[in-house]
Amino acid sequence: MSTPISADDQFYREYIIDHYKNPRNFGRLERPDISHEEDNPLCGDVVGMDFQVKDGVIEDIRFHGRGCAISQASASLLTERLKGMTLDDAKKINKDDVIGELGIDISPARIKCALLSLKVLKVGAYGLADLDEE
Amino acid sequence: MSTLTYDVTAVRRDFPIFETGIAYLDSANTSQRPKQVTGAMLEYFEKFNSNIHRAAYRIAEEATVRYEATREKVRAFINAASTKEIIYTRGTTEAINLVAYAWGRKNIKKDDLIVLTILDHHSNIVPWQILAAEKGAHIEYVDIDDKGELRQEQFAALLKRGPRLVAFNLVSNALGTINPAREMVAAAKKAGATVLVDGAQSTPHQPVDVRALGCDFYAFSGHKMLGPTGAGILYGRRELLEAMDPFMSGGDMIKTVRIEGTTYHELPWKFEAGTQAIAEVIGLGAAVDYLNGLGMDAVRAHELDITEYAYEVLSEIDGLTLYGPPPSRRAGVISFAIDGIHPHDLATIADRDQVCLRAGHHCAMPLMTRLGVPATARASFYVYTQKEEVDRLAASIKEAQRIFA
Repeated sequence: MSTPISADDQFYREYIIDHYKNPRNFGRLERPDISHEEDNPLCGDVVGMDFQVKDGVIEDIRFHGRGCAISQASASLLTERLKGMTLDDAKKINKDDVIGELGIDISPARIKCALLSLKVLKVGAYGLADLDEE
Repeated sequence: MSTLTYDVTAVRRDFPIFETGIAYLDSANTSQRPKQVTGAMLEYFEKFNSNIHRAAYRIAEEATVRYEATREKVRAFINAASTKEIIYTRGTTEAINLVAYAWGRKNIKKDDLIVLTILDHHSNIVPWQILAAEKGAHIEYVDIDDKGELRQEQFAALLKRGPRLVAFNLVSNALGTINPAREMVAAAKKAGATVLVDGAQSTPHQPVDVRALGCDFYAFSGHKMLGPTGAGILYGRRELLEAMDPFMSGGDMIKTVRIEGTTYHELPWKFEAGTQAIAEVIGLGAAVDYLNGLGMDAVRAHELDITEYAYEVLSEIDGLTLYGPPPSRRAGVISFAIDGIHPHDLATIADRDQVCLRAGHHCAMPLMTRLGVPATARASFYVYTQKEEVDRLAASIKEAQRIFA
């Protein structure tokens, strides 16, 4: 009756579990230039990011938070991408980039989990109130 | 159907949705509907679709008779004194809002106390918060103990402060806790309070007798008791309903409308403005018939059997935390958490196995805060639930643990 989920299952690929269990750039920066946190009250996911920016370049980044594997792995993956990137380039990151990086089918019910970290970047780093404004 | 041998296989044959192969463990959210309910609605659409209470032709009379027949069925189902006390609403939420608006605005005054509980659903919190803010009243919440049961000594202490209103759910939708409602209502009435009981999670699952309960208002939804969405009930004691002004106004709730003013229709129609959810109300009547056919004692016994089984199966899984009281003191609802796996991830993995499991705050955010969790996973059971579905849930949980190991 139950379909076993194999390692090559579309969902919960190993690297997502890996990023969830061993998040990259996890923690806080002592003196961040930018710090912002967002939550998703519906499921209780929280993601916050600290940025250290010099001459328009993200020199260092940390994220903190709690929640489901999708929200936390997505944040971990995003910090890897952002480190060393100019804010101008960071601005160009969109929803499709973030979902593409996760590399899995995200159901409509889970899209907010996947995009929470992008919201933190958009609102925190350049003050967009709403993702849809991009 | 005999109450001695409950034939869940026969029950399931009335629910075509199970042919899809799903294990449906989210009945506290909304139940499935049997053919008898959808059939009654279809019959209305195909044979006597028309508006009620106004036309003189035959099919409109038939529609009116069927629509009003549900009222008597519901009255008998909850043992109200009169059909005048049975108000159709869209559901529990609208029923509570009706009371907050039509009773609350007249009766809640500045500095009045409203007593709610931490187990309450948002629909029995937010309308009172809005009312309290508007009137300058204040709200106290009865806390729970470690088992997820209301702290009765705290409730008793709050009653000493003379609350104007006490409102609570008979069964918690998030934990399944069955509150000692009869004792609580009696104590609250003795303290002089008006009492509203949220019956959204009790009416579908156990025999209900509003007169024995002794409450002033009792609210529930049809869609959690095999009926369609969009039809629910507010029961109110007649003298309270008589003294209340209308909630919604417009067509059908009036007796006469003149330019100088309007007189309202008598009970129960005073509270039923506009064209009603006719098919849905007829469907609700068919749902009540269906539940009566099973017998509410048999329904409760079946759910207790499934709940005890699920409690045992889930207890044996390492890293699983169960919330709430033991099965004998809870309805067919089990909230739980798995170490290291967020409820949403669990629900997504379960979904891959066609297991429908709820994950979230269950519209009870104050309770989640109290438990110190952002969300829980919740399995809930009903007349058609079989043990095999519980086994499938356990298999999904173990699969999730393997993936996240």
